[in-house]
Amino acid sequence: MVTCKDFLRELGDYLDESVDPQVREELSKHINECPNCWVVLNTTQKTIQVYKGMDPEPLPEGVHDRLIGALEKKIKSQA
Amino acid sequence: MDGEQQYIKNVDADAELVDRARAGDLAAFGELVRRYESRVYRTARHILGNDEDAEDVLQDAMLKAFQHLDSFQGQSKFYTWLVRIAVNESLMKLRKRKTSRTVSLDENIETDEEPIVREIAVWDDNPEQRYSQGEIREILDTAVASLKPIFRTVFILRDVEELSTEETAEALGLSVAAVKSRLLRARLQLREKLTRAFKRKGDQILGYV
Repeated sequence: MVTCKDFLRELGDYLDESVDPQVREELSKHINECPNCWVVLNTTQKTIQVYKGMDPEPLPEGVHDRLIGALEKKIKSQA
Repeated sequence: MDGEQQYIKNVDADAELVDRARAGDLAAFGELVRRYESRVYRTARHILGNDEDAEDVLQDAMLKAFQHLDSFQGQSKFYTWLVRIAVNESLMKLRKRKTSRTVSLDENIETDEEPIVREIAVWDDNPEQRYSQGEIREILDTAVASLKPIFRTVFILRDVEELSTEETAEALGLSVAAVKSRLLRARLQLREKLTRAFKRKGDQILGYV
């Protein structure tokens, strides 16, 4: 019998699909019967999705050029 | 080409660029820089919370990577190795900044402690209707910034940079178990914070059995 505490303990592996099939089945059954755990699972999945969907912002102006400048300076000083 | 093939192709192409850079081909190293500068910068920016420090870390990490290319074994991916350098540089900076408060990835946390869940509410289907893209980014950044560095760093590498659990463990010098437990804590803390911004009005369920 899976409790809400068991569910929370296994949630990380459940989300990463690294929980073994039998445990997964028991957890899925619990989620279907427990509205609170369903909401926690659903909103945690959404949390991960919303961060994964973030595009990397382009580098701020000048950062790339200054980086290349710093690298060139260092390489020259070592040559 | 599916995602996995693309991934393998990228890893192969990285290895070739690293070999060429080692042999003195500066253009090859330039290509590696171009490929990863945004991600290194973003990681440092998330850990440190400001542009100036993130730029310092980007420069220091790329310089170190270039100087120590010979010690890159090729057993891990180039990006994992690079991000490990960047994370170390970021944490060093963080330690310097907060001299009164020790910041360490080895900070002893109660890993057995049950994760805490307080706010249980369904989210709006489309938060985009309530917030602009800029506002959403602000909400996400503020939430991440409020996590402790030990949670924040694991979360950034796993769920933003999408490294595997094993790669994250390798990059941070942590055990796989420590990565998993910190990741879950981080995800639940963020869930809690985002729920406050994104929850559907009116049907909150309070408490948790």
